[in-house]
Amino acid sequence: MTPTLAGRMQSRLALLGTVGVVWTALIGLAVPRPEGAETSAIYKALFTALLIVAVAGIVWELVYHALQQYRWEKDWPTLFGLIVAVPEGTMVWILLKNQIPWDAGPVQASTFLTMFITLWLLIWAITNGPLQIVALRWRYRGGRFLGGWG
Amino acid sequence: MSVTQGDVSRQLVDTSVWSDQDLANHGIPVYDMPFVSVGGGIGSFAMVDTLRIAGITTDQIRVISDLERPSQTYEYLASNSQIRSGHRLRSDSSSTVDCIWGWPGYALREAWGKKTPGVAVQVLLEPVAADYYTPKAGQVYESLNREAARIRWNQMVVPGIVRHVRRRDRGDYFVLSTPPAGSAATKRIAFRSRFIHMAVGYPGVRFLDDLQAYRKEHNDFQRVVNAYEPHDHVYAEMRRRPCTVLVRGAGIVASRVLQRLIDDRDQHGAQTTIVHLFRNYPAGPQGDKATFRRPAAKGWAYQGFNFPKAAWGGQIRDHLESLEGDARRDFIDAIGGTNTAPRKHWREQLDRGEAQGFYLQGRGEVQSVIPIPDTRQIRTVVGGTTGLPTTEYDADFIIDATGLEANIEDHRVVMDLLRHVGAGKNVKGRLDVERDFRVRNADNGEGRIFASGSMTLGGYYAGVDSFLGLQYAALRIHDNLVDAGFGQRIGPGRSTSQWWKWARNTGI
Repeated sequence: MTPTLAGRMQSRLALLGTVGVVWTALIGLAVPRPEGAETSAIYKALFTALLIVAVAGIVWELVYHALQQYRWEKDWPTLFGLIVAVPEGTMVWILLKNQIPWDAGPVQASTFLTMFITLWLLIWAITNGPLQIVALRWRYRGGRFLGGWG
Repeated sequence: MSVTQGDVSRQLVDTSVWSDQDLANHGIPVYDMPFVSVGGGIGSFAMVDTLRIAGITTDQIRVISDLERPSQTYEYLASNSQIRSGHRLRSDSSSTVDCIWGWPGYALREAWGKKTPGVAVQVLLEPVAADYYTPKAGQVYESLNREAARIRWNQMVVPGIVRHVRRRDRGDYFVLSTPPAGSAATKRIAFRSRFIHMAVGYPGVRFLDDLQAYRKEHNDFQRVVNAYEPHDHVYAEMRRRPCTVLVRGAGIVASRVLQRLIDDRDQHGAQTTIVHLFRNYPAGPQGDKATFRRPAAKGWAYQGFNFPKAAWGGQIRDHLESLEGDARRDFIDAIGGTNTAPRKHWREQLDRGEAQGFYLQGRGEVQSVIPIPDTRQIRTVVGGTTGLPTTEYDADFIIDATGLEANIEDHRVVMDLLRHVGAGKNVKGRLDVERDFRVRNADNGEGRIFASGSMTLGGYYAGVDSFLGLQYAALRIHDNLVDAGFGQRIGPGRSTSQWWKWARNTGI
């Protein structure tokens, strides 16, 4: 992919806001959960994680964009899109555990990892091709849905 | 004044604006057609594919072409430059010429169709831990032919060659075509059209001036050849006897020619010595800034494709769209110019050649190319303008692999546009187009002329001469046409439903 900074932000927020919300709602039914844990508590933790991925992601995108400037092709290889899940996931976990932005309740690693990894892979796969079926001009606009055309 | 019925007269050719009566007086039949694409190659194909997907019916489009299929010229040039059907192009997996959506890309299709998961892994790892995946030429041609059948390409093609596009006195344009002899009742036919698309590609192969002069002066077209013309006899002779060949150029074609030469050594026992002559010799990375530095080594400038990837749809595209005049020209030159793909196999071959002494590099400006008396060899004298000593290289063959550079004025129809319609040249001397590929100063009433492909290099988009660039141009032109009331905008719904038809190969 060859995202622009605006394209990075827009793509992240648009996909987390659609695919992310739907997937989190679905996976909430299937994630491993501590015995006796309320469904509402699980969802509170998972949606908090989703929110962190979206909001902290804005900062991450600034970092990625800065790193991208050192690439001659001004591209963001497919593999990078996978690898960055490690630092991002780690940070989300740390924030959750430290009750930032709020106390999301007791959440176990397996619950979080199941949601985070599947969601990451899903969005990564969609942005690496199928998204272009719906948004034909998206790839030319550097990942933007708004602006950068005409 | 007497005129030959069915043909143009000198007076008509010299008249910039034509009327319906002018053509009636000349007995030239006129056909009304809203959209005409001139060219018939991959540029026309990308345009028509997009329009058909946007809902334009076949009876509203004509493609004037002297080709049997859209990929014909491309195949010819690729094949001459040693990329046969089974060899790989320099093109991205998602630059799918048959599919405007770019997905699934060629890598996934190859992995699935040929049961070779390795190429899917390659596209996942590129370019960090693997070379860029590039599709085989044959796969691209096959997919293009399939799509051409799906959109009923042949129903829209009118065989012929276009010499003139002229403004009509009451708006719109006339496109004058010369059909193949005997195929029409008159020598010329004309289309009266509101929208014209020009995609005529390169007017021909251009040679380095000194090699062209040598060929003419010594009538030697066998030993001094261009990589884009048929030259297999050169490889055949080098397999028969030990020869020295001098290769000029440091782009992708030079890389492919060198591979062919070394493959022939490796696989067929050729004893060829290769002298590789560079005019410019980047010994290390190009660029002063860490954020604008192209990898380069041993004379080669490296990037995946002919421009950095983001030129097709990212930061570089945005930046170029904001530039005007000399700044735009300089930026295009900085991100383009002579460069090749950093393929491991090629580097290994050249390193081995250097170590074993069968691959030698020279550098400098050529001063003269002369035959050596009493031998069959040719001497290239390279001058020391860059502080290097004058050197002479004797070779049995010279292969000019410096690429396809061509003056648009060599195209009669483009020249006609410049002279009679009011179109101009851009900062690189090619046809001046807007950001949406509308030819500047060529509107006529409601009529518009568009252009895509190599003849528009120097405009606001760098990768015009590529599959993806042609599709990008087509999409921009389509959006402009929608504003003019021609076709429905391909929005999310139409895009998705049409992709489904494409995926199922359902005819449209």
